[in-house]
Amino acid sequence: MTAVPLPVSLPDSLKVSGLAYAYPDGTQALFGVDLTIGRGERVALLGPNGAGKTTLVMHLNGILTAGHGSVEVAGLPVRKDTLREIRRRVGLVFQDPDDQLFMPTVREDVAFGPANLGLKGEELDRRVRDALDKVGMIDAIDRPPHHLSFGQRRRVAVATVLAMEPEIVVLDEPSSNLDPASRRELAGILRDLDVTVLMVTHDLPYALELCERAMILSGGVIAADGPTAALLSDGDLLSAHRLELPYGFAVPAHPH
Amino acid sequence: MSGGHHQLYRPGETLVHRLPPQCKLVAVVSFAVAVVATPRECFWAFGVYALLLGAVAAAARVPAAFVARRMVIEVPFVLFAVAIPLIGTGERIEALGVSLSVPGLWAAWNILAKATLGVAASILLAATTEPRMMLLGAERLRLPRLLVQIATFMLRYMDVIGDQMRRMRVARESRGFVARDLRQAPVLAKSAGALFIRSYERGERVHLAMLSRGYTGEMPSIRDLSASRRDWGVAALLPGLAFVAALVAWSLP
Repeated sequence: MTAVPLPVSLPDSLKVSGLAYAYPDGTQALFGVDLTIGRGERVALLGPNGAGKTTLVMHLNGILTAGHGSVEVAGLPVRKDTLREIRRRVGLVFQDPDDQLFMPTVREDVAFGPANLGLKGEELDRRVRDALDKVGMIDAIDRPPHHLSFGQRRRVAVATVLAMEPEIVVLDEPSSNLDPASRRELAGILRDLDVTVLMVTHDLPYALELCERAMILSGGVIAADGPTAALLSDGDLLSAHRLELPYGFAVPAHPH
Repeated sequence: MSGGHHQLYRPGETLVHRLPPQCKLVAVVSFAVAVVATPRECFWAFGVYALLLGAVAAAARVPAAFVARRMVIEVPFVLFAVAIPLIGTGERIEALGVSLSVPGLWAAWNILAKATLGVAASILLAATTEPRMMLLGAERLRLPRLLVQIATFMLRYMDVIGDQMRRMRVARESRGFVARDLRQAPVLAKSAGALFIRSYERGERVHLAMLSRGYTGEMPSIRDLSASRRDWGVAALLPGLAFVAALVAWSLP
């Protein structure tokens, strides 16, 4: 955090107010979610399975539209007529990289987003190379995604959204199915990104490692919001929301 | 399938490999048209076609054994063709003590010769063109976009779905399932159903991922695949010569 005030006050990266949603079959998933994420913050969204995390994520880029309440990305409300720009600003990284990487080669896959934005030729090529460079996968540019390891595919999946130069990157369970080395490599990459990051997870140590701030989504509302270390040190809070630290894990006094 | 699934493709750097895919596609289709249009009585013309394909194979450095092994796909047609002379009607002749129908023999020869040439030409096309390039070529030729997109996804997800199928088989067999006879069919049918549903759900998730990155119904074309006049000229050699042979075959009394 910088002490020098910025010359122009930039709008928050993400502002969700009073968001409620019920699925068409009547199941209510979100009961009024309020949250704000400032520019450049890295925030973890914690919650047990079925808390509504994925439903919330689907609202952030307009795949689901709010039943009630609103979502704003860098000041722009998510509406039918703003979808195109919203999807540029919000980069969703899905849990299964095989869902995210659908083109025959890594190059075409990373180019898919920016090409949909109308980029062509050298500019497009530069975006693709920059994005792959940031995740350390430039050598795999002409390989088919299904020939990469799982960890490599997850990194390429991150590159596919970075290529769109988003305002905020939203990752759904980024550490799932990764071996310890891939997990550490991905953490290094995420820490070096200069965009706002929202990480949806129930991997508490990973949240502590990467995010200063965390929120707990439980029962369709934000149940807690604060410094990650403080939240994770509160055993009663965690167990009230079906969250647990792994066996033998203790929150270090000064994690960052 | 074991290992890589693109077993039809044989990497190389020959003139045939380097031709733009759209030229090769057009060449193979026109070659097939010329072959099919040739009267079946002109044995020599089919010899010429075979020689032309031989020349392409030599230029692409595709060994005969490679083509021969992949010709197995034609076997069902061969079986059908063999049956025609036996069950055909009309004038009959004796050969090795079997009564055969003359029109049936002609029909069988016609099917066999034309199908073999067509299959051989397609195998050569597949051996010298990466599946992905084939799709780019098809798109370039203005084939319906939706079909090309479907084929592109098939290419991408064949391995993923194959893996899933393998995992389901392992899970079945780990719990003592053995497909002995027809009584086990319901289990296999349910597995196939489950696989279908999983693939369908994956399709939905992929679609969401595409929407998230600005998909509006059209795949952006990222690569420019242009063919020069020379490329078209080279590619035209095969069907061109074949059409000459077909014309001569028709004009002969």
